Amino acid sequence: MSELAHAATPLDVTAPPILTVQDLQMYFPVKYRGIFQRTIGHVQAVDGVSFQVPKGGSLGLVGESGCGKSTTGRLITRLYEPTDGEINFDGRNIAHLSQRELLPLRREIQMIFQDPATSLNPRHTVGAIVGAPLLIHKVVPKNKVLPRVQELLEVVGLNPEHYNRYPHEFSGGQRQRIGIARSLTLQPKLLVADEPVSALDVSIQAQVINLLQDVQREFGIGFLFIAHDLAIVRHFCPEIAVMYLGKIVEIADRETLYNHPHHPYTQALLSAVPDVKQAAIGGRRERIRLEGDVPSPINPPSGCRFRTRCSMAQEICSKVEPPLLQVGPRHKVACHFPGELGHAPQRPVTTAICGVDDHGNAVSGATADIQLNAPGYDTTWLDLKTGQRAGT
Amino acid sequence: MTSYLSVRDLVVHFPTVDGVVKATDGLSYEVERGKTLGIVGESGSGKSVSSSAILGLHRGTNAKVSGEILLDGDDLLQLNDEQMRRHRGRDVAMIFQDPLSAMHPYYTVGNQIAEAYLVHNKVSKKAAKARAIEMLDRVGIPQPDRRVDDYPHQFSGGMRQRAMIAMGLINNPGLLIADEPTTALDVTVQAQILDLLQDLQREFNSAIIIITHDLGVVAEMADDVLVMYAGRAVEYGPCKEILTHPEMPYTWGLLSSVPDLTADTNAKLIPIRGNPPSLLSPPPGCAFNPRCDHRDKVPGDLCTTQVPDLTPARSGGNHVKRCHLANPDEVYVAEVLPEIAPDLVKETP
Amino acid sequence: MFAYVVRRCFTGVIMLVVMSFVTYFLFFASPLDPGKFACGKSCPPALIKQTDKALGFDKPWPVQWKDFAVGVVKGRDYPEDPALRKSAPQLISHCSAPCLGYSQVNLINVTSELKDKIPISASLALVAFLMWIAGGISLGAIAALTKGSIVDRGVVGISLVFYALPTFWMGLFLIEFPAIKWGLVAVPSYTSIADGGVWGWLSNLFLPALTLALFYMAGYVRITRAFVLESMSEDYLRTAKAKGLAPRKILVKHTMRAALTPIVTLAGLDFAGLLGGAIITEQVFNFNGLGKLAVDSIQTFDLPTTLGLVLLLAAFVIVANIIVDILYAVIDPRVRVG
Repeated sequence: MSELAHAATPLDVTAPPILTVQDLQMYFPVKYRGIFQRTIGHVQAVDGVSFQVPKGGSLGLVGESGCGKSTTGRLITRLYEPTDGEINFDGRNIAHLSQRELLPLRREIQMIFQDPATSLNPRHTVGAIVGAPLLIHKVVPKNKVLPRVQELLEVVGLNPEHYNRYPHEFSGGQRQRIGIARSLTLQPKLLVADEPVSALDVSIQAQVINLLQDVQREFGIGFLFIAHDLAIVRHFCPEIAVMYLGKIVEIADRETLYNHPHHPYTQALLSAVPDVKQAAIGGRRERIRLEGDVPSPINPPSGCRFRTRCSMAQEICSKVEPPLLQVGPRHKVACHFPGELGHAPQRPVTTAICGVDDHGNAVSGATADIQLNAPGYDTTWLDLKTGQRAGT
Repeated sequence: MTSYLSVRDLVVHFPTVDGVVKATDGLSYEVERGKTLGIVGESGSGKSVSSSAILGLHRGTNAKVSGEILLDGDDLLQLNDEQMRRHRGRDVAMIFQDPLSAMHPYYTVGNQIAEAYLVHNKVSKKAAKARAIEMLDRVGIPQPDRRVDDYPHQFSGGMRQRAMIAMGLINNPGLLIADEPTTALDVTVQAQILDLLQDLQREFNSAIIIITHDLGVVAEMADDVLVMYAGRAVEYGPCKEILTHPEMPYTWGLLSSVPDLTADTNAKLIPIRGNPPSLLSPPPGCAFNPRCDHRDKVPGDLCTTQVPDLTPARSGGNHVKRCHLANPDEVYVAEVLPEIAPDLVKETP
Repeated sequence: MFAYVVRRCFTGVIMLVVMSFVTYFLFFASPLDPGKFACGKSCPPALIKQTDKALGFDKPWPVQWKDFAVGVVKGRDYPEDPALRKSAPQLISHCSAPCLGYSQVNLINVTSELKDKIPISASLALVAFLMWIAGGISLGAIAALTKGSIVDRGVVGISLVFYALPTFWMGLFLIEFPAIKWGLVAVPSYTSIADGGVWGWLSNLFLPALTLALFYMAGYVRITRAFVLESMSEDYLRTAKAKGLAPRKILVKHTMRAALTPIVTLAGLDFAGLLGGAIITEQVFNFNGLGKLAVDSIQTFDLPTTLGLVLLLAAFVIVANIIVDILYAVIDPRVRVG
């Protein structure tokens, strides 16, 4: 492994997308168990999510538990079939493919799970676990499986001679390495990493993060990196989407999202993270307190889903759902009052686009003119300082 | 004048068929009322085991506990089981990592909180329930008079931890031990809980021990920090000192292996090599030596043969560290800081 | 909850219908001729034919099943054949609903036959149940609390010995030694409360119930021990301890409550199974209960009795299941308030 490794893949704005997700939706039915069962509602786990993952690049997906980030990951690996929307992988919509049609795709999209202890079969040797995909997909002749397995174990920093050991003989960090080796077996183009380090000790987390960065560089794998730890996502991903109650509320490049967040939820989330350095040198800073809990995804608030906990919420927020508005070259935010902390606009900036007045009441004759919620970025955007459209 | 809690040379050993697990081996620290001690370490470092010993939770198991645990002058290790029981929950309370499994699923939240009050106070059940409602209100549960009759599974994770805190503080204990109180929670909820703990500490003037693996939580909460590795304290002192002038390579490792929200994006994550040691047969000498990157700077085979003593750090004060390095502060500034915080080094040439 | 019970009762009834159907099918799939059995040995073919006709065995079995089902709901008259009835009207007997059929072997209708036997088996089951629950749970809890000690190993080891001993051996032993040789108790023969009072009833049940209880108890000791140990390692027990609760209170309020919940399920089903008759024990002690009846009716190819027993036992199990589920909701609030 090259020595230049151990660094995040930089943002390559020209890279073509390996994955494009459009209006992805996943509703889980809620059953009423009376004399006759019937569906009485839906858990709107993922509701109209759009984003792109560039070839060989990474997109981070952050949010708190129940925001739909893990469901999104499972939809992309097609562990679930989405209720609606498109998942374009390498130019092909895989949202509704049958299990049989999906089989060849399973080679290309792999997943790394949170808990290495439960996601590895305790009765199989490491060699069997890592080699299973090779046998299932018949990519190499049987006698070539073992050498390939040993090669992979070496890549992830395990002793290749340990192929005939069982998962319980390894530590947590080593087990996660086994999980990574297994996911690399078929040389996937996209890896969905769902909380890959959150079950590990801090000193081990860094080992695994560095390993993931190394394999990304070496094999040019696109990553959808799902985590609740904002600092780790920042370290790994040049581009990050923030989810709240099944929707993306803000998506931007790393620098913009962490230094100039425009959505009040992103701001609250960032201010809630305890910061070693700041506390050590500058003392404690004031947090933005979010009151209460996340509302139920079965019956989410009308309009903007964050409004029940938002200090800036006004009438329009309960009436009109804010569109995911592009406000910079690589920055989109879903808020009627987007702006940096303390610099939010007085008037909603979305009235013209949504065709409503300042209070969220419909204005006759006005209609939305641009396609919102499209994945990727436009060449023009709304400049919040001037209120005009700007472009490159 | 001694501190409210003073732990001296605490040893907790678990004899097993394979040998003795030295979970805690000669640990000493102090906490005053109104102050917070953060105990940091990885799983298996002995941080939870040593704190459970304060409550006497190892009684009735085969654990061998020795040393002194002075709570307000009384040595808890000298008490019999019944005397110890009267201290539990009244003078020392504990809250745990996972509030869902820490509450009995079959009893209402109110019942479980009131139970903690009833056991130490001669009051009616009704009065205890009223007190439970009062505490639920104090920790910020909306509609406490209604939620008091809810079962734990009807609460959200954050609310459950609030209820646990209410249960812990209902007798106004002098010491609250919080074992990873926010690890299972989301960041915004974590922030709520940490704020709440700080508010309550000011109100009740209790001492808090917060056990965590998260340096960020320590940085926000603690006055003093104790870094544990393989059952021993490896660095101990005022929080600010330790975070800015750490003198033990393991502490450096902890700082460098966690990404920081405000760090330079070019900063590297430098993991600690290898895995935490087995407590059955810890490495000879300094337990950290197999994973240490700075062993070559110590002459001879000191690191692999001799356990270093806790010695005063260069920065002085009450800051002590357990390391054979002669000039750890210089090594830190010259070698570690440029890697993990290149921006800081540039700012202060 | 109410809707849940209604739904469960509904599926229970469907299960009973299916089971009676399957029993009919299996009965007639056998190569033996039920008419010949009913008529007795060395019965001339003409008489067999007449018996078949009298009992309705000449009709195709689905039709017989239908007649049976109607009988359960409405009641029916025997014999079935109109011509026979006309010729001997004095022989017509009515079997009122719920009519489970008429046993030609025992010359009694099955419903009243079962009614006679149920108290015997139920008494036996009830006393045995109380004995094994009391013994199994307390011994299991003691074993768990003294885990690893001599007491623990002794309790677990001895219960295993009892589990391994066959019931008939245990039954014969208890009759032979405590009753006959040592004269500690009288050799039991079933006495109803009406005949012998509570004491007479109970004392005669003691030995057979003990035979059954010792067998079941062994399992309950082990299960209770495992559940108590599991419950003792739960986080909430650490919380209870950290609150300063007294050990007794922790054991009774926190440990046992959680440990006993899964035992409710097992106990309910085991009890229901036993209500349907303890075949070997009843045989050994010569108790004329459902278990003995079952053996006899199968040996004599007595379809109505066999069918009645099957349905009765199935109904016990189904009802026990529903009761267990309701109990569960009472015990565990997570089931009750979702």
